[in-house]
Amino acid sequence: MASLVLPEPAALIAGHKTPGQVTAEICAPLERRASGWWWLAFVPACCVLLLGVAAVSYQISVGIGTWGLNRTVGWAFAIANFVFWVGIGHAGTLISAILFLFRQKWRTSINRSAEAMTLFAVTCAGLFPVIHMGRPWLFYWIIPYPNGRGPLWVNFLSPLVWDFFAIGTYLLISLLFWYVGLVPDLATLRDRLRGGWYRGVVAFFALGWNGSGRAWQRYEVVYLLLAGLATPLVVSVHSVVSADFAATLLPGWHATIFPPYFVTGAIFSGLAMVLTLMLLARKVMRLEDYLTPRHVEALTKLVLATSCLVGLAYSIEAFTALYGGNRYESFMFLNRALGPLGWAYAIMVVCNIIVPQLFWFPRVRRNLPTVFVVAVLVNVGMWFERFVIVAGTLQRDFLPSSWSGYAPTLIELATLLGSFGLFFTCFLIFCRFLPVIAMAEVKAVVQEERAEVPR
Amino acid sequence: MSQTVVVAGFAEEAHLRRAVGAVRQRGWTVLDVYAPYALHDLERLLGWRRSRLPVAGFSGGVVGLTAAFGFQFWASVRSWPLNVGGRPWNSLPAFVPVAFESMVLLAGFSVVFALLLRCRLYPGKQPRLPSPGVTDDRFALVLQAPSEAVEEVRRVFHECQAVGVDAPREEIQS
Repeated sequence: MASLVLPEPAALIAGHKTPGQVTAEICAPLERRASGWWWLAFVPACCVLLLGVAAVSYQISVGIGTWGLNRTVGWAFAIANFVFWVGIGHAGTLISAILFLFRQKWRTSINRSAEAMTLFAVTCAGLFPVIHMGRPWLFYWIIPYPNGRGPLWVNFLSPLVWDFFAIGTYLLISLLFWYVGLVPDLATLRDRLRGGWYRGVVAFFALGWNGSGRAWQRYEVVYLLLAGLATPLVVSVHSVVSADFAATLLPGWHATIFPPYFVTGAIFSGLAMVLTLMLLARKVMRLEDYLTPRHVEALTKLVLATSCLVGLAYSIEAFTALYGGNRYESFMFLNRALGPLGWAYAIMVVCNIIVPQLFWFPRVRRNLPTVFVVAVLVNVGMWFERFVIVAGTLQRDFLPSSWSGYAPTLIELATLLGSFGLFFTCFLIFCRFLPVIAMAEVKAVVQEERAEVPR
Repeated sequence: MSQTVVVAGFAEEAHLRRAVGAVRQRGWTVLDVYAPYALHDLERLLGWRRSRLPVAGFSGGVVGLTAAFGFQFWASVRSWPLNVGGRPWNSLPAFVPVAFESMVLLAGFSVVFALLLRCRLYPGKQPRLPSPGVTDDRFALVLQAPSEAVEEVRRVFHECQAVGVDAPREEIQS
């Protein structure tokens, strides 16, 4: 009789590793000199970062007129980049917090680097509104502090103030979550290194962790609580970002669908960035055993699901605009899709909705170069989505006499590039000095897999 | 009766679990176990109480929420009422985002600081490892047993495949 036996799922961590092997292999890149591959990535990243620094310095010294903004399009590149980078960060929290609550064990190989990605992406994001202020040295005016002007408080009814609190909290809580996860691994590293300044720094931040069971017991509780706190936080952050738009009265922005639309878009773009980084890291850092095709496949499925959700949001936006009977809304939608920035709208639809449909096919999901190309295209598409929302809407407002066009200047392009430089520079420094994989968590998974296989 | 503290190292989680079972069966006290990763179901295995750290998180959250609501209300209604587009001074729903973020921020930081205080962890602390390798791939059990039972403790640990049993470290008079 033919019995129905499901095929054995591939092991999460390849190569039947022991906990000792996990320590040795993940610490190895930190204990030897940087590889040629690392320098090959680090030097260009630093150069691009310097280009960005030069562009921002020039903009600050000369003024915001160096950007292509005008009276009609007052928010363009800077705010599109801000929304893009915040969105990238969200997948890190999804992987570290939400998948933790759902007990998805495959997250253990990627959560550390995904959380680092969150930190760096939110840092990049936070820079843009500050630069956009024109006088960034006065940015602290957005903090409600007792001042000599009354004291005059900030306007708590403004989404821009909510945004400051949301992004600030998000950055701090992500940093805390990442650091708490890092402590046991820092202790592992501390006990392996023999001396020198590097060990000194690692030991300082390892907090004297010694793997005590009582500490582990409390640690697990704290980790769970932080995951529980980070989950609603991540939803709130992009909802607040969307309120920056939705709380205005502009057609194309003033929509109730904006918060969920932004949150799904954020997670979608972030997952694509995680895939991009992961596929690079597994090759460059030789982590093929830890970042297996099974991880890639799980991520591609999430990308597909969020892509469909984003597609749903696009169609609801179109439906509401065309069916709602508001002529400004329907004009705005047609202008977005067919107007002067119609090409950007087309890129956004093709990259975000059509291309990820390839992930329905298992053969595509398992072909890593194709996955990489699709992930990069999604990143491009999601950047264009933000650009279309910001610049596309502002170009055409209620008064035809104030319509205008928008084209970025070289300074703006250099600033955008510079933010990528900052992101990759930070990420490469992280890869060089900290364990990129959460060793303690992977050891638990490895141990469980060893227990299942009789020896 | 004098008590002795014994430390045993183990190479495998299963050996540690067996040893914990054997030790608890004989009524000796497990002072602590050491592991490179969080052991599943440790509380039940050792009969430890559940951690009360969530209380710290909850209190932090309540403080953050009320402080942020209170401050926004005070700033917008009492300190400097500002007419923004004719909206009411006490626009409570608009205060929710900032209050929520403050709640999350304070809850997160209080629970982590409570952890550090409770476990006496601080930056730059010199670690005290019971046996080398517990942050790598070794496990350890720290046990308190009557001094007369030391030989039996050694035998039990030997049966459980302990890789190194420390000579009694300190005598505790009780």
